[in-house]
Formats: sequence, structure tokens, C-alpha cells
Amino acid sequence: MEKFLSGDEAFAEGIRLACPDVISAYPITPQTIVVEKLSEMVEDGSLDAEFIHVESEHSALSCAMGASAAGVRAFTATSSQGLLYMAECLYYASGGRFPIVMMNANRSTALPWNIYGDQRDSLSQLDSGWIQAYAENAQESLDLALMSYYIAEHKTVSTPFMVNLDGFILTHTYEQVDVPTPEQAGKFLPPYETENKLDPENPKNMAFSAGPDTNYIFKYKEHAAMFRAIPVIEEAERRFAEIFGRQYSGLIDAYLTEDADYILITLGSIAGLCREIAGQLRENGVKAGVLRIRYMRPFPAEALAKAVSSAKALAVLEKDISFGNEGTVFTNVNSALHGAGMTAPAYNFIGGLGGRNISHQDIIRIFETIQSGTAKRVNFIGIGEEENS
Amino acid sequence: MSVSAKTLDQNEYFYGHKACAGCGGSLAVRNVLKVLGKNAVAVLPAGCMSAVGFNFPQLCFANNAIISTFAGTASMLTGIEAGFRRRGIKDFTAVGFAGDGGTADIGIQALSGAIDRNDNIIYICYDNEAYMNTGIQKSGLTPFGAKTTTTPAGQNIHGNIRPKKNMFEIVAAHDIPYAATATVGYMNDFLNKVEKASKIQGTKYIHVIAPCPTGWGIPVSDTVDAAREIVDCGLWYLAEYENHEFKINRDPKTFTSVEDYLRKQARFRHLSEQDIKIITDSRDKKWEFIRKNWN
Repeated sequence: MEKFLSGDEAFAEGIRLACPDVISAYPITPQTIVVEKLSEMVEDGSLDAEFIHVESEHSALSCAMGASAAGVRAFTATSSQGLLYMAECLYYASGGRFPIVMMNANRSTALPWNIYGDQRDSLSQLDSGWIQAYAENAQESLDLALMSYYIAEHKTVSTPFMVNLDGFILTHTYEQVDVPTPEQAGKFLPPYETENKLDPENPKNMAFSAGPDTNYIFKYKEHAAMFRAIPVIEEAERRFAEIFGRQYSGLIDAYLTEDADYILITLGSIAGLCREIAGQLRENGVKAGVLRIRYMRPFPAEALAKAVSSAKALAVLEKDISFGNEGTVFTNVNSALHGAGMTAPAYNFIGGLGGRNISHQDIIRIFETIQSGTAKRVNFIGIGEEENS
Repeated sequence: MSVSAKTLDQNEYFYGHKACAGCGGSLAVRNVLKVLGKNAVAVLPAGCMSAVGFNFPQLCFANNAIISTFAGTASMLTGIEAGFRRRGIKDFTAVGFAGDGGTADIGIQALSGAIDRNDNIIYICYDNEAYMNTGIQKSGLTPFGAKTTTTPAGQNIHGNIRPKKNMFEIVAAHDIPYAATATVGYMNDFLNKVEKASKIQGTKYIHVIAPCPTGWGIPVSDTVDAAREIVDCGLWYLAEYENHEFKINRDPKTFTSVEDYLRKQARFRHLSEQDIKIITDSRDKKWEFIRKNWN
């Protein structure tokens, strides 16, 4: 059924279709609409779940881990300061191999305080052992809500999954969204079954200590499981397309990159504007392309390097900065390019921090400067020379 | 049926661990699990009991057990209780065992949240009055005057300068269905409170004094004696909060000597006569309040 929904609302619809048993919720802008909607669904009986009003984000994820350890499907959602507050639990959940799904509304991190969108919150947690996907639009948000459980809970993966939606730009913007039926969703997503649970018939001691001899082995297994998610993501998307008629493209979403000379790599909701501009540049004879990273973890190193292999120059546009270095997406991309033996110059464009607009003109300028070779290694969109010095 | 040495479950649920000789905390955990039985699901945060009991591959709980984050004992209990209910499992008790720091300091927020929601869990604070696992640092439940590795006793400051937080009354202020104080020195009283708690719906909190010979500076054979004497001298009391009312379970006509209790423990050995007077006066004031206001 077609509905007119914001990203948050679409995600909540997807979660209703995934039928989690336990939802632990603590409000933070711009995530709030998700938990409000879910509470309404529980109230009106259209979602049969335990809705738990926790007193903090740390408890939100701790409670979700308890539910997952009890062997049931768990959901929570957060943003920004909340994600940072629960950071300890992020590592705990992945180490415990609890396949929790969490929505994160990408938002700037204090100080200074700011509620608007950038991706510094989730990108700071790339090493926490969670699968990280970045949605572009409301439809993809809903679809990822469903697919995330399929991937996270897959027996070969058993890894928590963070779905990221750009704060306000995606969470609060209304689009037409196709909401599948519960029957379709039920056909796609099997019930959660696991051995990794506390069980009265077969008591277990979980979340234990492991000393220097074995700790490393557990960590290696966690790493290997993350890579096993790659074929499972493909499998999930294939099955999803069969049932829902929408085909996704795995870890990356490549647009006109096959023969492109100049490729802009980015993630999240800005990708649509970038594609529009690449299309316009093509009309003017510039072979432009756009590569949207859908998954930051597992990182699509091979797929990305292959997709941009024709490029004469590359731009990485991100709403993030690792102070004292460069954008973290850029660091990851460069490592992939280097690993593939690529020598085309790559430039980093930092923008959109604290919700600052990235304009049509800004994107055109990115293509112009990488084409002319006048870009610096790291460029700050909209910051003048005075501030830049 | 009341719990006693005769009726206590002969099965062991917590054994093979590496707790120190004379550990009051492990005594509490072992006996509580005997009362709750094999269907207890135990949550233990970072602390002594998780450090001694969960060293892969030597795992020491015969029942279901899990380590939570330090701050997350109560919130993980909440999730487990909800999860088991969703699986249709009826016969189980979600029980947490957190130390004094894990309860009164870092875990107090999650505990407050669980009580606010009235989640159907038992939360047991085993109180050895400092962060013993990390090497005897002051917690919010370290008593006035105690020497710890972060409250040294010197010429200028005589150990910890603040009294214990009153967790029992903090918890009761949430109007919790059941809260109690106990000590491993009066085991029957403690275990009967555990059994009573297991039959009450909603959140239950039991605060049990569990001496740590290492941290208190007493012989390992004196754990139970010290845990008795703290009640006999009036520095701890056995009480309950139920049906919106406080009740004192044991009201000694005369107290044993506070000074004797303190002087036996290395952590208090530096205290001056004046320090001991402050402690004794504070005891008297508390008992005056209890006798006036509690049932």
C-alpha cells in the first residue's frame, strides 16, 4: 500500500512488519518519531511487542541485549549523544553476538550543541562491531528495517545491525512509500531462532571473560562473521526482490560509474542530489558518476575499487571529520583504492557538519575542482580561506 | 515453607569459582541460588562475582547466568524478564547480584528505572562496602571513617569522610513492592527474605551485608561473625519495606560495642575516639528515627 511517510515513520512501519518481541525506547531528537509510532502501534494492537520505557540509552541497549540473550528479537533506536552514551553497550552487543537492530538518526555531536544532521555519531563507532547501513530515502529505510533482521540474525552472521538515517533530511522528510503487507513480510523474514540464548532446558553462562589465550579467537570470529554478512546481504536482497519487487545493489550503489572519468563517492541522502548533477554534467560531455556507499561495515573495499576503476579523479563527500586527520570515509576509501593498486587522485570534501546545507552549486564545484586538479587533499565546503587557515 | 539449614536445597548452583577464602559475596550468591533453584536466571555486572565465576572455559553457574555491563544489571534483567515472558516461559526468576559500587554508584540509574517500571525482578546488592574487585577503592556505600586505597587514613584525613548512602530508603522511596536489608551473618533472615521476594510480583530489592576479609582487614574465618556484629552493634539493621510501610525485624534491647566492632577491622584501626563518637552518635540518631517511625 502506498503511503505518504517520513523516514522515521517508514522505518517504524518496517519494524512493525519485522515483529520484534521487545522494544526498548528512550527519546532523542530526531529519532523520537520512530519510538512514538511504535508505542502507538503497540497501543492499538497492530504490533504485539513489549514496549519498555528505559531511563537512558545505555539501558536501552542493555535491555535489548537482555532480550536478545533471552532468545527473542529486539529493537531500539537512538541518535547522536544517545549513541555515544550507549557506546559501551555497542561493543558488548557485538561481542555477545546479539543480532539486535537499531536505528540511528544521524545527528551532530556536542559541543556545540546541535540537533541537525551529520554523520559523526555513527562513523565514530565504525569499530564497535556493528553492521552499518546508510539509507538514502524513506523507502530504503523501511526496506532496511526488514532486511536488517534477516542479515543480522542469519546463523552465519549473528551480528548487530545499525541502520542510519540522515537526521531531519531523511527522518523528517515525507515521501511516497510502498508499505508491504504483513503476509509479504512474513514470507521474507523467518522467525528468530538461535542457540545463542539463555535456556531453562539447557542452562548457559553467557557474556563471560576470556583471557589472552582465547580472547583474540573470539575477536577474530567476530571479524570473520562481519565478512560473512556480504553474501547474506546479497541473498537477502535477492529474496527481497522476489517478494517485494524492489532490487537493491548490495554494499554499494553505483550510478554511471562504468565509464566515468570523475566519480563522487558519498553516503546517505545527499546521493540523490549528486546523481542529478552527475546526469547534468553528462549532458555537457563530462563523464561523471556517483558511487553511494550503502554499507560502511562490512566495508565494500573490493566492490568499491572495482566500481571506480575507470576514474581519472575521485571525490569523497562526507558529513564527517576525524579531527587531526581527514574524513573517516575518505580514509576507508583510500585504503580500498590503495589495496586495489589504484593511483587516480582522490580528494576529500567535508561538508554538512551540524546540518549546514550542501547545495547544488557545492556539488558542481566538487566535480569542477577534481576535474581541474585544483582541489586540495582535504577540502572544507563553505569554509573561506580565513577560517581555513 | 521457611528456609533453614535443614530445608535448604542440597544442590549447588555456584561452585568451582575462584573467590577469595572467606568471601561474603560468594556466600550470598551461593545460598540465594539454593533458594531460587535451577530456574533462576542470574545477571551479574562487572565486579567480584563475575570476575571469579565466568572465566572461559571455567564457567561456574549451574543455572542460566550472564554478565551485564557494570551500569546495566537492572536493565539487562528487564530485557531478560521480558524476553522469557515472550517465549512463554513461566517458571523462572530473573535475579541480579550487584556489588555496592555496581548498585549505589554506577548502577543506580538503571535500578531506579527498573523499579519505576515495576519490572518483575529480584535485585540483590551484596554490599562489601568498597570496590573490592579493583583493589578496595571507596564506593558510595563505604562507611564513614573506613580506610580504602582511595580514602587513605593520614594525619589530615581519617579515611572516608562521608557516611554510607542509604540505598534501602532510596529504593523504598520509589514505593517498590518489596525491599529488605539483610546480612550474611543472619542467614535465615536473609534467605527467608529472598524466598518471600520470589513470591511477590514486581520489583524486589534486597541489600545484604557481605564482608570482604581482604578489604575489611579481618581473618578469613571471621566473615560471618563480622556480618553478625554489624547488626548487633546497631550499625546495620534488619528491616523490610512492604505495603508502603517500613518494618524493623530485629530491635536489640542493648547494642554491643561499636568500638569493638570497628577495632577488629584494619580499615577502621586508625579511628580516633572522636571519630568513634561520631559513628556511635549517628547510630543512635538513626535508631531513634527507626523506633519512632517504623513498625
